[in-house]
Amino acid sequence: MNLDYSGDIMTLNMGPQHPSMHGVLRLELKTDGEVVVEAIPHIGYLHRCFEKHAENIEYPGVVPFTDRMDYVAAMNMELGYVLAVEKLMGIQVNDRVRYIRIIMAELNRIASHLVAAGTYGLDLGSWTPFLHCFRDREKILDFFEETCGARLLYNYNWIGGLMFDLPEGLERRIIEFLDYFEPLVEDLNRLLSYNYIFIKRTASVGIIPPEVAVSYGITGPNLRGSGIKFDVRRNEPYLGYEEFDFEVPVGKGEFGPVGSCYDRYMVRIWEVLQSCRIIRQAIAKLPPGDVHATIPKRVKPPVGEVYMRTECPRGELGYYIVSDGTSKPYRVKVKSPCFTVMSGFREYSRGAMIADIVAIVGSVDIVLVELDR
Amino acid sequence: MESIRDLLELIPYTTALPVWVQAILPPAVSAVILFLFVAVLAMFAIWLERKVAAHMQDRLGPMYVGGWHGWAQSIADTIKLLLKEDIVPAAADKALFKAAPAIVFIPSFAAFVVLPFGISSIVADLNIGVLYLFAVASLTVVGILMAGWASNNKYSLFGGMRSAAQIVSYEIPAALSVMPVIIIVGSLSMQQIVRAQTGGIQNWFVFRNPFTFLAFFLYFICSLAEVNRTPFDIPEAESELVAGYHTEYSGMRFAFFFLAEYSNMFLVAGIATTLFLGGWSQVLPAQWVPKQLIPGPILFFLKALSLVFVQIWLRWTLPRLRVDQLMYLCWKVMLPLALVLVLGAGLLAVW
Amino acid sequence: MTRYLKDLWYGWTTTWHSMWITIRHLFRPNKGYTIQYPTVKAPLPERARMRLFNRIEDCIGCGQCARACPTDCIDIQTEKRGKDEPPVFASDGTPIKLRTFVFDIDMTLCCYCALCTFPCPTHCLVMTKEYEYAVYDKRDHIYHFAVDKPRYASPAEKEQPAAKA
Repeated sequence: MNLDYSGDIMTLNMGPQHPSMHGVLRLELKTDGEVVVEAIPHIGYLHRCFEKHAENIEYPGVVPFTDRMDYVAAMNMELGYVLAVEKLMGIQVNDRVRYIRIIMAELNRIASHLVAAGTYGLDLGSWTPFLHCFRDREKILDFFEETCGARLLYNYNWIGGLMFDLPEGLERRIIEFLDYFEPLVEDLNRLLSYNYIFIKRTASVGIIPPEVAVSYGITGPNLRGSGIKFDVRRNEPYLGYEEFDFEVPVGKGEFGPVGSCYDRYMVRIWEVLQSCRIIRQAIAKLPPGDVHATIPKRVKPPVGEVYMRTECPRGELGYYIVSDGTSKPYRVKVKSPCFTVMSGFREYSRGAMIADIVAIVGSVDIVLVELDR
Repeated sequence: MESIRDLLELIPYTTALPVWVQAILPPAVSAVILFLFVAVLAMFAIWLERKVAAHMQDRLGPMYVGGWHGWAQSIADTIKLLLKEDIVPAAADKALFKAAPAIVFIPSFAAFVVLPFGISSIVADLNIGVLYLFAVASLTVVGILMAGWASNNKYSLFGGMRSAAQIVSYEIPAALSVMPVIIIVGSLSMQQIVRAQTGGIQNWFVFRNPFTFLAFFLYFICSLAEVNRTPFDIPEAESELVAGYHTEYSGMRFAFFFLAEYSNMFLVAGIATTLFLGGWSQVLPAQWVPKQLIPGPILFFLKALSLVFVQIWLRWTLPRLRVDQLMYLCWKVMLPLALVLVLGAGLLAVW
Repeated sequence: MTRYLKDLWYGWTTTWHSMWITIRHLFRPNKGYTIQYPTVKAPLPERARMRLFNRIEDCIGCGQCARACPTDCIDIQTEKRGKDEPPVFASDGTPIKLRTFVFDIDMTLCCYCALCTFPCPTHCLVMTKEYEYAVYDKRDHIYHFAVDKPRYASPAEKEQPAAKA
């Protein structure tokens, strides 16, 4: 798009109170008519000092706080923290704990991607997919509620184990749910993903070329949308992900350049199906065991530091924990996937239109709570 | 209006009234009837939209107010809106801000004058009915632009500008897509157009020839754009522009915008019914059922409502277009198609 | 030109595909995804974590819950029961050596993580299934579970008899 403008530039403040800013993101748009010359994101409206909080709470007490960083995928957030502390303490959990953690993390990934896809439709003006996605997400949340008693903020993964074992017969119901859910993905595709207007709105918008994605450190579905096959679950397996047979979908650029909003969206849809595959395999292999067996009485890691990265639905989530040998962490640093995506926003939103800005913000699927922490 | 005049003559002592009152009474009465009709219709359409949307999304929609499936929900909402505080932003252009809702509503109300609900139920059968419709309906854009400008809000301004561009553009293919019908009928009077379609479904202009068949779809799509419905609802795109030109409005003025939107929906559905679906004429062919079984107004109403349903259906299915794509669709798809249709229909009429 | 026509065709067909799905949902019998909340309530699973409740007669006042709480929403104040008082036991037989005269839970601070319920030695602190407890005053969300009065009015007074003995 030609950016030679001669008219006056109007500053339009989009957010923090805006229906499609996914929280409280504020975008300062310099607009020339409908064309956005520059979009400057302002973050920090939801800063709640998680890292400072964590320094004053004992190790197990941090877990509920990690839930609140990304309320859409809380299981994955706490999983990263718990794995980091276990790595620091050298705890080896048994197979049942591992598999249940994988099942829960992948279920939550499905739920999170459903929210992403649904709200993306909402951003583009299509209401029905949003509610169809939430209908199925509710069923997943029901499983979580049955397992640990909470629907959104679970505190389910504990250091060295799990809060509860799976309730009676949940495995069977999860399989039933997957049987019901997998055909519905095709329904969602026909309703939204393959819709011509949707493709037109997304397929050549907000392009993140691979080299830009790498240079900004963009991770997760946003990176894979740019055509780079990188998934922490595959490239640096944790929790025994190497035992599972799944594919890492990448953006193909079917209707436009690779790395567009459409690619990022479709990667999420495909990932949902891959997560279904992983859950089926994990349930088939689920061994018996005691989920409380390795929970330490007192969590007092030795002096040292650890970095653990996991693949949360929004990308690579890293926890850097420094321990001074007491029962409270000396320092907890979070490498947030949303923050890295947002850092490049100015780059890949240049020259878009106002409607495209909404589409781009929706397609990178940020959760502001995690971005600001 | 003639039938209303006849009815009024039945009331005793009307002849004793002053002459100017006698002259003004029939139009006034028909205006009141029409207004009530439009208001009730809009409330019904809102309720219908909410229920249809809910069931498409596996929800239930309003269920409590009034008992049966929340039928009184929109009445309750209207009362709530009327009782709310009327806020005028401090920085707004007060006069324009207050006038805009009326200017949006009046054209859509005025356009109802020429809608033929039945053989005799029409307020005024103008001989330039279709022209009048298009002229009056295009006035709505002035009100929307006023609302967008006067609110002194950047989102409202964007909404107003988008709406102006959109309505002005889409009027051209909309007017052109009506041409095939007018070429066949040879009259702009709405009643004459309906009369040309009496005698059953095969005489409706939708099924008359391929050009009018396509023209119906073309007109329907353009009318969606003219009343700012999804997928062309970019002026009030709530995920982009909060609420577009009526962002700053509340209470009764907001209710007027809403009323205008839903009466406009019914209006364009009514126009499409009149022009293409035979208006008040019967559905079954006259060879089989020589006498019209269902009264004309009810038939008209049902046909128009089914089109309103399609509008609702589309709204809850499709995403929204972008501004430039909207213009692309108008100028590069709709307009050539409309010109081809006019040409084809003209050639067919000559031949 | 072919691309133009192909685009038109694709737009037209995919629109119909989408519309077919929505109309199918419209005429599908309602499968009961929605619960008419105030009249019908969703069944809660066994492990649902809602409002905290403390059976104070079983509480030994050990304060482990308060230590586990990441948001410090539990306030416990205890004193030693006097030697002259009759011994009290919790329902599972644990002797209660401390008199809990303050056991306040501030539910506005609670983050429903249930970390407090697990260390409880007598299992007297539980999360109930009660979730409708909105109040008009924020202070009404502080639940006072303790029933006992302290024997001594102030810590200073408490020390005096101790010194005497």
